[in-house]
Amino acid sequence: MDIEYFFELFLGGLTRGSIYALIALGYTMVYGIIQLINFAHGEIYMIGAFTALIVSGVLTLMGWPQLAILAIAALAAVIYSAAYGWTMEKIAYKPLRGAPRLSALISAIGMSLFLQNYVLLAQTSDFLPFPSLIPDFAFMEPISHIVRSSELIIYVVTAAVMVGLTFLIKFTRMGKAMRATAQDRDMAMLVGVDVNKVISMTFVLGSATAALGGVLIASHIGMINFYIGFIAGIKAFVAAVLGGIGSMPGAVLGSLVLGWTESFFTGYISSDYEDVFAFLFLVLILIFRPAGILGKADTDKV
Amino acid sequence: MAPILDVTQLTMDFGGLRALDSIDFHINEGEIVALIGPNGAGKTTFFNCITGIYAPTRGQVTLQRPRAETVNIKGLKPNQVTEAGMARTFQNIRLFQNMTVLENVMIGRHCRLKAGIPGALLRNRATIAEEEQVIADSYHMLEKIGLSQYVNEFAKNLPYGAQRRLEIARAMATEPFILLLDEPAAGMNAQETQELDDLIIRIREEEGISILLIEHDMKLVMSLSDRIYVVDYGKKIAEGSPAEIKNDPAVIKAYLGEEIDA
Amino acid sequence: MLNVQELKKSVLTAIWFMFLTFPIMVIKVNTINQTVEWHWLRMLYVGVGAFALSFVWRYLIKRKEAGTRKEVEEGEGRVLLTQRLLQEPRLFRPIVALLALFLLIFPFVFSMYQTNIMTTALIYVVVGLGLNIVVGLAGLLDLGYVAFYAVGAYSYALLNLHFGLGFWTVLPIGAGLAFICGIILGFPVLRLRGDYLAIVTLGFGEIIRLVLENWNAFSKGPSGIANIPRPGLFGLDLSLHQSHIYIYYLMIAMAIFTIFAVKRLQNSRIGRAWIALREDEIACQAMGIDKTRTKLSAFALGATWAGMGGVMFAAKTTFINPASFTIWESIIILCVVVLGGMGSIVGVACGAAILILLPEYLRAFSEYRMLIFGVVLVMMMVFRPGGFISEVRQTYEFKGLKPSKN
Repeated sequence: MDIEYFFELFLGGLTRGSIYALIALGYTMVYGIIQLINFAHGEIYMIGAFTALIVSGVLTLMGWPQLAILAIAALAAVIYSAAYGWTMEKIAYKPLRGAPRLSALISAIGMSLFLQNYVLLAQTSDFLPFPSLIPDFAFMEPISHIVRSSELIIYVVTAAVMVGLTFLIKFTRMGKAMRATAQDRDMAMLVGVDVNKVISMTFVLGSATAALGGVLIASHIGMINFYIGFIAGIKAFVAAVLGGIGSMPGAVLGSLVLGWTESFFTGYISSDYEDVFAFLFLVLILIFRPAGILGKADTDKV
Repeated sequence: MAPILDVTQLTMDFGGLRALDSIDFHINEGEIVALIGPNGAGKTTFFNCITGIYAPTRGQVTLQRPRAETVNIKGLKPNQVTEAGMARTFQNIRLFQNMTVLENVMIGRHCRLKAGIPGALLRNRATIAEEEQVIADSYHMLEKIGLSQYVNEFAKNLPYGAQRRLEIARAMATEPFILLLDEPAAGMNAQETQELDDLIIRIREEEGISILLIEHDMKLVMSLSDRIYVVDYGKKIAEGSPAEIKNDPAVIKAYLGEEIDA
Repeated sequence: MLNVQELKKSVLTAIWFMFLTFPIMVIKVNTINQTVEWHWLRMLYVGVGAFALSFVWRYLIKRKEAGTRKEVEEGEGRVLLTQRLLQEPRLFRPIVALLALFLLIFPFVFSMYQTNIMTTALIYVVVGLGLNIVVGLAGLLDLGYVAFYAVGAYSYALLNLHFGLGFWTVLPIGAGLAFICGIILGFPVLRLRGDYLAIVTLGFGEIIRLVLENWNAFSKGPSGIANIPRPGLFGLDLSLHQSHIYIYYLMIAMAIFTIFAVKRLQNSRIGRAWIALREDEIACQAMGIDKTRTKLSAFALGATWAGMGGVMFAAKTTFINPASFTIWESIIILCVVVLGGMGSIVGVACGAAILILLPEYLRAFSEYRMLIFGVVLVMMMVFRPGGFISEVRQTYEFKGLKPSKN
């Protein structure tokens, strides 16, 4: 077996896994706090990518330097995705706090359908070429046939986001409030946690990380359309469940496992059935290990 | 005579936590038995273990059915336990809120009926007859429990005390020979509790159903029960007649701070 | 009524939405030609729209809150006009009679094009009622429902292609195959909790579609199967126009059969068990109902109707390919059920009529169809989770029979 090919697949899997992780974190955070599968989360990622595309397109025409474009486009993507996430929660989920889980899920599906078609109608249904915003670094030259500069950036950003989020959850006031709300919302409310603010904040954070994922993968692959959010969202959900939904380290672990499995599967076995494989993975995990690798099985209270 | 419900060495672990520890327990025919203990002692867990909602870690649960063979009900699903003749109510009322009162009771009859999908589609004579019979039976059950004025109301619109009684009617509709009541008097006022007391006695006298109840209202427990079991921290700490329990030092210690007003 | 506070809120909302939609609505970058189009007018529309809608939104939220409070105080739900209409036979019967007459003469009054649209709506009525068994009655959110629709459609297409089987032979076979698929797929997934069940069924649905797309030898892949024969009528030679009318009447018959069957099921022992399962799974089991079997029966029966609808669909369009069976198709059917009212037969029929006919007749809307479906799902869940016509529970007459024992 060719060791270099193996490495290529390994790093390719790491890239996929990192992107899934950036999206899966939002899924898992929202699920941890309000037990909702935010079906529209993938759409937020897509909106992040589109915002970055539009901003970089405008700035490129105005002749700005590449690195400045990258920074501004990424910032705009993060801000807009966060704003969309925040607004979405206010419209589609907040009025449904006390409602059955399925109502909120149906609302989320509606939101997903709406956002997809909103971008489709306002922009286009075609694939748009995405400018490669990330420059090729000189020091990466010798190994560029195995790992590209954009991939390196993906690893670094993902790792940084992970560390940042862990710090935020573990050590800040907001993080403490988030953990309290996740454990027992009513109790948290009683001891004076502003639950509405915590939930909004969770959506903002989750959406912002998804936007980073959107910008990075779009400039790595170089193509986007209105539909990229759906498949990416489903895959990230698989990853979140695989790692144990509600658990942040689990989401990262699950994403990496999914990324590698996909990469090796398509590399060694067949690439025709790539998406079938992802769905098969989804079905098998939910049937056989719905609690995931790091999650605990939850029992209904009687 | 052999007990009709016999539980031996029942143990339930949740992860590392031992919620029930080697409980021995039985009910004789026609008895009213109470299970008491401080909050979180494991009473509801005990109910869930013997009715198949949780799978116990260890132990045996057997039912001696009248005029039928003994069954080991450990490991059975909740519906199979109910079919075997042991029905229950829930501490936090779990009625079918958007169904009518009569329909709630009709659901209780479900496991005693046969009509399937073909019957429903063809609506043949046997199905119609069965359907009319179930309506009649359920109606009579509601009369017996004293809810006949609510027949076509939604369950969610019933007053609280009536909801508790409906839970009992629904469980009775499954034709049990043992009825498990999980805090039936919770949230009831004095008059409602008195009516419940009468109802439980009547169920035993008229239907010949044995009763196991979990209850915090000590007055009710002491006046109703033939025997009482006391659990604390998942262990059985005492059993005996109401008089014995009242004077048991272990029980008094477990309830220290909580008052036994009997 | 109109105070400064409210005005300020709406202005802020408008500004917020103008900001929110700014890059995606206003700027259109063409990365190939290196040009940028600016649509400033759209921003104005968004602002005005958001300003107006924010009043509507607040009004609806207020009404909803007042409604729930009133319900709690009065101890019972308000009886809606639509429900009164349904419960009053003197009003209900003439409406049904008029509707029946209208549907019967429809193909002779209107054009073939419109008859075809009506047939499509009727297919949605049938599959909607099938999904209603699963989602509305049993409370199982099935996002892969369209897979069973595909099973029906492909069984007709393939059995006809390879063995020359006719429509009437395949109709029961397609329904049977969908039923069997429902059991096979349902068995492993039905013990999952509600939201996971939704995602797993979505997964299964997509797997089936992707297999149909990739397995060329079996399904002819993305290019699909063409020249599927229309249903025959005792071997008569029908002109195109006649056969469209024939399919229309077949669909009417099938819709009537479905309404009839679902109504009977709903008020039977099995139907009650489904509803009880939706209301409270644990209590339902404790009352002696076998959870797995009850769920499976709902799931498989729902699938059966999707299978029949699929056979009809293939026969009507004479061409099928995997693109007709995406997850979004499942969601459209879900939308039909949700809009009309989960658990209500009349509701689902109205839902299908509104959602399928409206975009066809109001051409201007058709582009925004899916966008509107999304809005419908969110708004219905937020403001009227029971749908426009909510479920009416049957009340029973006590006929004075003696109890069965003693």
